[in-house]
Amino acid sequence: MKFIAFVVVLITGALLIYATVDMPDWGDPNSPANTHVSPRYLEESLEKTATPNVVTAVLADYRGYDTLGETTVIFTAGVVCILLLRRSRK
Amino acid sequence: MIWQLDILILFIVVLCALAAITVKDLLSSAILLGAYSFLMCLLWTEMGAVDVAFTEAAVGAGISTAFFFGAIFVTTRRTKD
Amino acid sequence: MINRFEDVIIQTICRLLVPPIQLFALYVIAHGHYSPGGGFQGGCILAASFILLVIAYDLKEASKRMSEKINIMYCCIGVIIYSGIGLLCVILGSNYLDYGILNSIIPVEPAAARSLGILGVEIGVGIAVMAVMVSIFINIASGGEHGESEELE
Repeated sequence: MKFIAFVVVLITGALLIYATVDMPDWGDPNSPANTHVSPRYLEESLEKTATPNVVTAVLADYRGYDTLGETTVIFTAGVVCILLLRRSRK
Repeated sequence: MIWQLDILILFIVVLCALAAITVKDLLSSAILLGAYSFLMCLLWTEMGAVDVAFTEAAVGAGISTAFFFGAIFVTTRRTKD
Repeated sequence: MINRFEDVIIQTICRLLVPPIQLFALYVIAHGHYSPGGGFQGGCILAASFILLVIAYDLKEASKRMSEKINIMYCCIGVIIYSGIGLLCVILGSNYLDYGILNSIIPVEPAAARSLGILGVEIGVGIAVMAVMVSIFINIASGGEHGESEELE
Protein backbone atom coordinates (compact mmCIF):
# COMPACT_ATOMS: atom_id res chain seq x y z
CA MET A 1 0.00 0.00 0.00
CA LYS A 2 2.86 2.35 0.80
CA PHE A 3 4.47 1.57 -2.55
CA ILE A 4 1.29 2.52 -4.46
CA ALA A 5 1.08 5.81 -2.54
CA PHE A 6 4.72 6.55 -3.36
CA VAL A 7 4.10 5.90 -7.07
CA VAL A 8 1.03 8.18 -7.03
CA VAL A 9 3.03 10.94 -5.36
CA LEU A 10 5.85 10.56 -7.90
CA ILE A 11 3.45 10.72 -10.87
CA THR A 12 1.69 13.79 -9.44
CA GLY A 13 4.99 15.55 -8.82
CA ALA A 14 6.24 14.76 -12.32
CA LEU A 15 3.01 16.13 -13.83
CA LEU A 16 3.26 19.33 -11.75
CA ILE A 17 6.90 19.85 -12.75
CA TYR A 18 5.92 19.22 -16.38
CA ALA A 19 3.18 21.86 -16.05
CA THR A 20 5.61 24.49 -14.73
CA VAL A 21 7.55 24.40 -18.01
CA ASP A 22 4.75 26.40 -19.66
CA MET A 23 4.83 29.14 -17.02
CA PRO A 24 6.66 32.40 -17.80
CA ASP A 25 10.17 32.88 -16.45
CA TRP A 26 10.81 34.46 -13.04
CA GLY A 27 10.54 38.26 -13.38
CA ASP A 28 9.88 38.11 -17.12
CA PRO A 29 8.86 41.63 -18.23
CA ASN A 30 6.83 40.23 -21.16
CA SER A 31 4.70 37.83 -19.14
CA PRO A 32 0.91 38.47 -19.16
CA ALA A 33 0.84 39.46 -15.48
CA ASN A 34 3.51 42.11 -16.04
CA THR A 35 1.98 43.66 -19.17
CA HIS A 36 -1.72 44.12 -18.29
CA VAL A 37 -2.38 45.69 -14.90
CA SER A 38 0.96 45.81 -13.08
CA PRO A 39 2.37 48.87 -14.93
CA ARG A 40 -0.83 50.80 -14.21
CA TYR A 41 -0.64 49.97 -10.49
CA LEU A 42 3.05 50.89 -10.33
CA GLU A 43 2.58 54.20 -12.13
CA GLU A 44 -0.69 55.45 -10.66
CA SER A 45 -0.97 54.07 -7.14
CA LEU A 46 1.24 56.68 -5.47
CA GLU A 47 -0.64 59.71 -6.78
CA LYS A 48 -4.10 58.12 -6.49
CA THR A 49 -3.86 56.57 -3.03
CA ALA A 50 -0.89 58.44 -1.43
CA THR A 51 0.49 55.08 -0.28
CA PRO A 52 4.14 54.37 -1.12
CA ASN A 53 3.82 50.62 -0.53
CA VAL A 54 2.11 49.28 -3.65
CA VAL A 55 1.28 45.94 -2.01
CA THR A 56 -0.77 47.63 0.72
CA ALA A 57 -2.53 49.84 -1.83
CA VAL A 58 -3.48 46.83 -3.97
CA LEU A 59 -4.53 44.69 -1.00
CA ALA A 60 -6.69 47.22 0.82
CA ASP A 61 -7.86 49.55 -1.91
CA TYR A 62 -7.84 48.05 -5.41
CA ARG A 63 -8.70 44.57 -4.12
CA GLY A 64 -10.72 45.60 -1.08
CA TYR A 65 -13.36 42.93 -1.58
CA ASP A 66 -10.68 40.27 -1.48
CA THR A 67 -9.39 41.41 1.91
CA LEU A 68 -12.97 41.67 3.21
CA GLY A 69 -13.51 38.04 2.21
CA GLU A 70 -10.25 37.06 3.89
CA THR A 71 -11.30 38.76 7.12
CA THR A 72 -14.68 37.04 6.94
CA VAL A 73 -12.98 33.66 6.51
CA ILE A 74 -10.83 34.26 9.61
CA PHE A 75 -13.86 35.45 11.60
CA THR A 76 -15.81 32.34 10.55
CA ALA A 77 -12.88 30.13 11.58
CA GLY A 78 -12.83 31.72 15.04
CA VAL A 79 -16.60 31.40 15.51
CA VAL A 80 -16.59 27.75 14.38
CA CYS A 81 -13.69 27.00 16.75
CA ILE A 82 -15.66 28.49 19.64
CA LEU A 83 -18.83 26.59 18.66
CA LEU A 84 -17.12 23.20 18.23
CA LEU A 85 -14.52 23.18 21.00
CA ARG A 86 -15.95 25.23 23.83
CA ARG A 87 -17.70 23.30 26.59
CA SER A 88 -19.76 25.37 28.98
CA ARG A 89 -19.73 24.14 32.58
CA LYS A 90 -23.37 23.63 33.63
CA MET B 1 18.75 36.50 -6.81
CA ILE B 2 21.81 34.34 -6.20
CA TRP B 3 21.20 30.88 -7.61
CA GLN B 4 23.73 29.11 -5.37
CA LEU B 5 21.94 30.42 -2.25
CA ASP B 6 18.62 29.51 -3.87
CA ILE B 7 19.65 25.90 -4.45
CA LEU B 8 21.03 25.63 -0.91
CA ILE B 9 17.83 26.97 0.71
CA LEU B 10 15.62 24.77 -1.50
CA PHE B 11 17.68 21.72 -0.52
CA ILE B 12 17.26 22.46 3.21
CA VAL B 13 13.53 23.13 2.69
CA VAL B 14 13.03 19.69 1.13
CA LEU B 15 15.16 18.15 3.89
CA CYS B 16 13.02 19.82 6.59
CA ALA B 17 9.78 18.70 4.94
CA LEU B 18 10.99 15.08 4.67
CA ALA B 19 12.20 15.10 8.28
CA ALA B 20 8.90 16.54 9.51
CA ILE B 21 6.88 13.63 8.09
CA THR B 22 9.30 10.87 9.10
CA VAL B 23 10.09 11.85 12.69
CA LYS B 24 8.19 9.97 15.44
CA ASP B 25 7.96 12.77 18.01
CA LEU B 26 5.14 15.19 17.20
CA LEU B 27 6.75 18.08 19.12
CA SER B 28 9.91 17.92 17.01
CA SER B 29 7.71 17.55 13.93
CA ALA B 30 6.02 20.86 14.80
CA ILE B 31 9.40 22.54 15.32
CA LEU B 32 10.61 21.18 11.97
CA LEU B 33 7.51 22.64 10.31
CA GLY B 34 8.40 25.99 11.90
CA ALA B 35 11.91 25.71 10.48
CA TYR B 36 10.38 24.87 7.08
CA SER B 37 8.23 28.02 7.25
CA PHE B 38 11.20 30.14 8.21
CA LEU B 39 13.29 28.82 5.33
CA MET B 40 10.38 29.51 2.95
CA CYS B 41 10.38 33.04 4.40
CA LEU B 42 14.09 33.35 3.52
CA LEU B 43 13.28 32.14 0.01
CA TRP B 44 10.52 34.76 -0.45
CA THR B 45 12.83 37.50 0.84
CA GLU B 46 15.52 36.44 -1.56
CA MET B 47 13.06 36.61 -4.47
CA GLY B 48 12.03 40.15 -3.48
CA ALA B 49 8.51 39.43 -2.15
CA VAL B 50 9.02 41.05 1.25
CA ASP B 51 5.33 41.28 2.20
CA VAL B 52 4.76 37.59 1.55
CA ALA B 53 7.89 36.81 3.54
CA PHE B 54 6.64 38.85 6.49
CA THR B 55 3.28 37.07 6.42
CA GLU B 56 5.03 33.70 6.25
CA ALA B 57 7.24 34.59 9.22
CA ALA B 58 4.33 35.87 11.33
CA VAL B 59 1.74 33.21 10.50
CA GLY B 60 3.68 30.15 9.39
CA ALA B 61 6.62 30.25 11.78
CA GLY B 62 4.97 32.06 14.68
CA ILE B 63 1.27 31.45 15.19
CA SER B 64 0.80 28.04 13.57
CA THR B 65 3.68 26.54 15.57
CA ALA B 66 2.00 27.82 18.73
CA PHE B 67 -1.28 26.22 17.58
CA PHE B 68 0.47 22.90 17.00
CA PHE B 69 1.98 23.10 20.50
CA GLY B 70 -1.46 23.78 21.93
CA ALA B 71 -2.89 20.77 20.14
CA ILE B 72 -0.01 18.53 21.29
CA PHE B 73 -0.57 19.69 24.91
CA VAL B 74 -4.11 18.25 24.99
CA THR B 75 -3.47 15.14 22.86
CA THR B 76 -0.57 12.70 22.73
CA ARG B 77 3.04 13.38 21.85
CA ARG B 78 3.84 10.08 20.10
CA THR B 79 2.48 8.99 16.75
CA LYS B 80 1.08 5.52 16.16
CA ASP B 81 2.89 4.78 12.89
CA MET C 1 -5.62 22.85 30.50
CA ILE C 2 -2.31 24.57 30.79
CA ASN C 3 -1.21 24.20 34.40
CA ARG C 4 0.63 26.91 36.21
CA PHE C 5 4.36 26.32 36.20
CA GLU C 6 6.20 28.52 38.66
CA ASP C 7 9.51 29.71 37.28
CA VAL C 8 10.78 33.14 38.22
CA ILE C 9 13.17 33.52 35.29
CA ILE C 10 10.67 32.59 32.57
CA GLN C 11 7.86 34.68 34.06
CA THR C 12 10.03 37.77 34.53
CA ILE C 13 11.53 37.56 31.04
CA CYS C 14 8.10 37.10 29.45
CA ARG C 15 6.65 39.98 31.45
CA LEU C 16 9.49 42.21 30.27
CA LEU C 17 9.15 40.96 26.70
CA VAL C 18 5.42 41.49 26.19
CA PRO C 19 5.35 45.34 25.91
CA PRO C 20 8.07 45.59 23.20
CA ILE C 21 6.29 42.88 21.18
CA GLN C 22 3.00 44.79 21.38
CA LEU C 23 4.73 48.04 20.48
CA PHE C 24 6.30 46.36 17.45
CA ALA C 25 2.90 44.97 16.43
CA LEU C 26 1.32 48.42 16.59
CA TYR C 27 4.25 49.77 14.55
CA VAL C 28 3.71 47.08 11.91
CA ILE C 29 -0.01 47.93 11.67
CA ALA C 30 0.48 51.70 11.55
CA HIS C 31 3.54 51.70 9.30
CA GLY C 32 2.06 49.36 6.69
CA HIS C 33 1.80 52.22 4.20
CA TYR C 34 5.54 52.73 4.01
CA SER C 35 7.12 49.36 4.73
CA PRO C 36 6.18 45.69 4.56
CA GLY C 37 3.45 44.90 7.02
CA GLY C 38 -0.20 45.54 7.54
CA GLY C 39 -3.19 44.44 9.51
CA PHE C 40 -2.80 40.70 9.14
CA GLN C 41 0.85 40.49 10.17
CA GLY C 42 0.47 43.03 12.96
CA GLY C 43 -2.57 41.22 14.31
CA CYS C 44 -0.67 37.95 14.35
CA ILE C 45 2.24 39.50 16.27
CA LEU C 46 -0.20 41.11 18.73
CA ALA C 47 -1.85 37.72 19.24
CA ALA C 48 1.58 36.14 19.78
CA SER C 49 2.20 38.45 22.74
CA PHE C 50 -1.01 37.28 24.45
CA ILE C 51 -0.16 33.65 23.66
CA LEU C 52 3.25 34.19 25.29
CA LEU C 53 1.45 35.46 28.38
CA VAL C 54 -0.83 32.39 28.40
CA ILE C 55 2.13 30.02 28.06
CA ALA C 56 4.34 31.72 30.66
CA TYR C 57 1.58 32.15 33.27
CA ASP C 58 -1.73 30.32 32.99
CA LEU C 59 -5.13 30.97 31.49
CA LYS C 60 -6.64 32.65 34.56
CA GLU C 61 -3.80 35.15 34.81
CA ALA C 62 -4.10 36.01 31.13
CA SER C 63 -7.87 36.31 31.20
CA LYS C 64 -7.52 38.96 33.91
CA ARG C 65 -5.87 41.10 31.21
CA MET C 66 -8.41 40.29 28.50
CA SER C 67 -11.48 38.29 29.39
CA GLU C 68 -13.13 35.93 26.94
CA LYS C 69 -16.22 38.06 26.51
CA ILE C 70 -14.17 41.10 25.48
CA ASN C 71 -12.12 38.89 23.18
CA ILE C 72 -15.19 37.68 21.27
CA MET C 73 -16.44 41.26 21.12
CA TYR C 74 -13.12 42.30 19.53
CA CYS C 75 -13.62 39.62 16.82
CA CYS C 76 -16.91 41.24 15.82
CA ILE C 77 -15.64 44.83 16.22
CA GLY C 78 -12.84 44.25 13.72
CA VAL C 79 -15.14 42.95 11.00
CA ILE C 80 -17.67 45.69 11.79
CA ILE C 81 -14.98 48.39 11.39
CA TYR C 82 -14.05 47.01 7.98
CA SER C 83 -17.57 46.65 6.60
CA GLY C 84 -18.63 49.86 8.37
CA ILE C 85 -16.05 51.88 6.44
CA GLY C 86 -17.36 50.25 3.26
CA LEU C 87 -20.94 51.11 4.19
CA LEU C 88 -19.91 54.68 5.06
CA CYS C 89 -18.68 55.07 1.50
CA VAL C 90 -22.06 53.84 0.22
CA ILE C 91 -23.93 56.26 2.50
CA LEU C 92 -21.79 59.18 1.31
CA GLY C 93 -22.76 58.36 -2.27
CA SER C 94 -20.06 56.21 -3.81
CA ASN C 95 -19.33 52.52 -4.38
CA TYR C 96 -18.76 50.00 -1.62
CA LEU C 97 -15.16 50.28 -0.27
CA ASP C 98 -14.38 53.27 -2.52
CA TYR C 99 -12.54 55.42 0.02
CA GLY C 100 -12.07 58.45 -2.22
CA ILE C 101 -15.47 59.83 -1.19
CA LEU C 102 -14.36 60.03 2.46
CA ASN C 103 -12.95 63.51 1.79
CA SER C 104 -16.46 64.94 2.14
CA ILE C 105 -16.31 64.34 5.93
CA ILE C 106 -12.51 64.58 6.42
CA PRO C 107 -11.02 67.87 5.17
CA VAL C 108 -8.24 66.38 3.01
CA GLU C 109 -7.85 65.72 -0.70
CA PRO C 110 -9.12 62.42 -2.20
CA ALA C 111 -5.71 60.71 -2.39
CA ALA C 112 -5.04 61.33 1.32
CA ALA C 113 -8.61 60.22 2.09
CA ARG C 114 -7.85 56.92 0.35
CA SER C 115 -4.74 56.57 2.49
CA LEU C 116 -6.77 57.16 5.65
CA GLY C 117 -9.38 54.64 4.51
CA ILE C 118 -6.65 52.04 4.02
CA LEU C 119 -5.38 52.78 7.55
CA GLY C 120 -8.84 52.29 9.04
CA VAL C 121 -9.31 49.03 7.19
CA GLU C 122 -5.91 47.76 8.38
CA ILE C 123 -6.82 48.57 11.98
CA GLY C 124 -10.05 46.59 11.61
CA VAL C 125 -8.23 43.60 10.13
CA GLY C 126 -5.62 43.77 12.90
CA ILE C 127 -8.20 43.74 15.71
CA ALA C 128 -10.16 40.87 14.12
CA VAL C 129 -7.08 38.73 13.46
CA MET C 130 -5.69 39.32 16.97
CA ALA C 131 -8.93 38.33 18.69
CA VAL C 132 -9.55 35.30 16.48
CA MET C 133 -6.00 33.93 16.89
CA VAL C 134 -6.09 34.32 20.70
CA SER C 135 -9.54 32.70 20.86
CA ILE C 136 -8.50 29.73 18.67
CA PHE C 137 -5.34 29.16 20.73
CA ILE C 138 -7.18 29.32 24.06
CA ASN C 139 -9.90 26.97 22.82
CA ILE C 140 -7.41 24.43 21.43
CA ALA C 141 -4.90 24.51 24.29
CA SER C 142 -7.49 24.20 27.06
CA GLY C 143 -9.70 21.67 25.32
CA GLY C 144 -12.60 24.08 25.63
CA GLU C 145 -12.76 23.83 29.43
CA HIS C 146 -11.77 27.32 30.35
CA GLY C 147 -15.03 29.14 30.88
CA GLU C 148 -15.89 27.98 34.41
CA SER C 149 -15.34 31.35 36.06
CA GLU C 150 -17.56 33.38 33.77
CA GLU C 151 -20.61 32.17 31.95
CA LEU C 152 -21.19 33.03 28.33
CA GLU C 153 -24.78 32.33 27.48
